[in-house]
Amino acid sequence: MSNLFIPNPKEAESIHILREVAAQFERPVLLFSGGKDSITLVRLAQKAFYPAKIPFPLLHVDTGHNFPETIEFRDQLVAELGLELIVRKVQDSIDQGKVSEEKGRYASRNSLQTTTLLDAIEEFKFDACIGGARRDEEKARAKERVFSVRDDFGQWDEKNQRPELFDMLNGKIQVGQNVRVFPISNWTELDVWEYIRTENIAIPSIYFAHKREVFFRDGLIWTANEHVYREAHEKVIEKWVRFRTVGDMTCTAAVLSEATSLDDVVAEIRESTISERGARIDDKRSEAAMETRKKVGYF
Amino acid sequence: MDIQNRKLIKIATAGSVDDGKSTLIGRLLYDTDSLTTDKIEAIERNSKQRGYDYLDFSLATDGLVAEREQGITIDVAHIYFNTAKTNFIVADTPGHVEYTRNMVTGASTSQVAIILIDARKGVIEQTYRHFFIANLLRMSHVVVAINKMDLVDYSEDVFLKIKADFGALVEKSNFSEEQITFIPVSALKGENIARQSKEMPWYVGNTLLDHLEVLEPEDLQESTTARFPVQYVVRPKTEAFHDFRGFSGKLYGNFLKVGDRVSVLPSGNETTVKSIHFFDQKLDSAAPGSSIVITLEDEVDCSRGDMIVKVGEEPRSEKFISATLCQVNAKNLRVGQKYILQHGVNRVLAKVDRIEAKVHADFSGAEESDQLKLNDIGKVQLRLSKPVHFDSYHSNKSNGAFILIDEGSFDTVSVGFIE
Repeated sequence: MSNLFIPNPKEAESIHILREVAAQFERPVLLFSGGKDSITLVRLAQKAFYPAKIPFPLLHVDTGHNFPETIEFRDQLVAELGLELIVRKVQDSIDQGKVSEEKGRYASRNSLQTTTLLDAIEEFKFDACIGGARRDEEKARAKERVFSVRDDFGQWDEKNQRPELFDMLNGKIQVGQNVRVFPISNWTELDVWEYIRTENIAIPSIYFAHKREVFFRDGLIWTANEHVYREAHEKVIEKWVRFRTVGDMTCTAAVLSEATSLDDVVAEIRESTISERGARIDDKRSEAAMETRKKVGYF
Repeated sequence: MDIQNRKLIKIATAGSVDDGKSTLIGRLLYDTDSLTTDKIEAIERNSKQRGYDYLDFSLATDGLVAEREQGITIDVAHIYFNTAKTNFIVADTPGHVEYTRNMVTGASTSQVAIILIDARKGVIEQTYRHFFIANLLRMSHVVVAINKMDLVDYSEDVFLKIKADFGALVEKSNFSEEQITFIPVSALKGENIARQSKEMPWYVGNTLLDHLEVLEPEDLQESTTARFPVQYVVRPKTEAFHDFRGFSGKLYGNFLKVGDRVSVLPSGNETTVKSIHFFDQKLDSAAPGSSIVITLEDEVDCSRGDMIVKVGEEPRSEKFISATLCQVNAKNLRVGQKYILQHGVNRVLAKVDRIEAKVHADFSGAEESDQLKLNDIGKVQLRLSKPVHFDSYHSNKSNGAFILIDEGSFDTVSVGFIE
C-alpha cells in the first residue's frame, strides 16, 4: 500500500471524461490511429475501468497508406488487452465510388478518411467517438470542446458550441447527432511524451530514430516508397529519422533525429523548435486548413 | 520534472476588446520560449503583411478564420505553456458581446483570473463586470494587469490611481486584499511580463510570470467536506474479480480514507470504505482531485448519480433551491419553464418557480424581470423532481454548481450557483 498518492490533475481529468462517456452514451467507440495520442487514450481507458475491461471497441480508419509498423503494433496491443477492434478501409470507400483518389504531387488519402469514418458511425450507430486530439496541436483545435456535438453530416459549428462549465459534461443529443470526445484536450505534446515515459507505454517503432529511405521537398522529409508521389529529380537518400506524429505516409513528414529511447525523445521534444503539426503536410495547404476540414466532419 | 510533479495552474483572462489581452498571452508564450519557430515565422509574416513595425503576438492566439477577419476573439480558447516548475493552462475569453457567458465558462475551470486594464482608460464599466464574474465564481486569486504602461510614460501616479479605483470595487466583493495583486505591464514591450521593467523602477513587486509561478495549487484549492459523486459502477465479472463491485468517480473537497464511515445518498445507508483503488494500485487514502474506484464493506444500493460522503458531513438534500443563474444560451429563461438540471453527474428535472431579480453584473444592484436573456445574471428559485445533494456554492464550489439543459435541443442554457 502506498501512503501518499498525489493525483496528476490532467490524468484525473481524462479518466473522469472517459467514465462520463461510458455512462452517458449507448454506443461509444475509441478512434484508434496507432499514434501516440490514441495509445495514451487506451492506457487512460484501462485506468478508468480497471479491473473491468475497457467497455467500448476501438475503430481504426485504415487509409491503406499506414506505416506497416503501426498496423503491426495495433494488432499486438488489441490482442494483449483483449479489446474489440473494428477496421474500416478508405480503399472500400474509393471502390464504392464515394470518394476519389487525389492525384499529383501532394496526393493524400488523409481527407478521404472523413467519408469512411462517417459511414462507420452510421453503420454501427456510434453516438460517441473518442479521439486523441489536443488543443495545443493547432489553432482551430484550441476552441474545441471536450464533448463536441456534430450533426448528421459530422459537421462542426464552431459558433454554436455548448459551453463547458466546471467538469460537468453534457452529452445529451438528438437522434442523428453524435459527439466527438477529446479526453486529452488539455494535454500538450510534451505531457503525452512524459506520460508515455513515466508509464512506460509501448509505442510503434517509427517514433524512434531509424534509418529510412527519404527525399526532401519543400524543406520537409518525405518517406520514399510506392505510396508517395515523387518526381524524377527528387533524389532518394538514406537518413536517420523519426516521426513525431503517425499519420499517413503521404502526409506525415519525418524529422532528422538520433533519439532512439524515450528519454532521448522527451529531451528532443523539450528542445525542439518546430511544432508537431509543422511536420503535417495536410495543414500546410493553407493557414486555415484544419478549420476548413473540421467544418466538414474531419476529426 | 515531468507531468507527474510539475504543478498545474489554470488561469482565465479577461479584458475589453482593445486591452491587449491576446498580445499579453502571446508575449507570455514568446517569453517562455513556448512559441515554435514555425509559429514565430507565421507571426512575422502576418505582422509584415499588415504593415506593423512590431511583432503582433495577438496572432499567436487568435485562432479561427472568422476571428482573424474581424480581428477579435469570439470564444474561449485554451492555451498551454510551461516553465521548468509549472504547467499553465490559459482560458482566453473575449471581452466583447458575449463576454459574460464566455468569461463564466473560462473562469469555471480556472483558479486564477487575470483582469486587464488599459492604463490610458483606467477602471471602466467592463472592469466592473469582469471583476463581478471573478467574484461570483469565487476565483481563488485575481491579478490586475495594468497594461499599456508604455503609453502613459510608465507613470506611477497612473498606476496608483487605477489601483485605488479598483480598491473601491474590492470593498463591494467577497475578496480579501491578499487575494488581489496589481502589476503594471506593457505586453507589447515585454515590461514586467517575464522581465523586470527598467522603465518602472518604482515597482518592486514580481513580474507577472514570477507571480504566477509562486502560486501553489494547494493554496488555490478549497479545503472543505469530501464529496464523492458516483460516475460509473465497475463490475468486472471476471474470475479474478468475481465479486468486485467498485464505484468510480472523482473525489472533491477533501481526503477519503480506507475505514472512513460513509453515507450513501440518497438512501442514507451507512457503511465503511473497504478499499480505494487507482488502476492496479491499492491506496490507504485519496486526495481531492483523484479519479478513483472505491469499494464498500456492505452490499448497499449505489449507482450513478448517487453521492458518497462522510457520516456527519452530509450535504443538504432539498427539492427547492435558490440559486444565482447565468444564462449562457440565446434562448431566454422564463418562469414556468422546465429543464434538465445536471448537478455534477446527477440529472433531475427542474422547473423555474420564480425569477426574483435580474442582477446588474457591475455591483450596482438588481431589478425585477420576468425573463433572463443570454449573458444575464439573475436570482431564481427552482423546484426539482427529486432532491439533489448539494452544498452552497459559497461553502463548496464543486458541489454547489449546476447546469440547466434545454429539454428540446439539449443545449446547455444556464449555469447556476446554489445559495
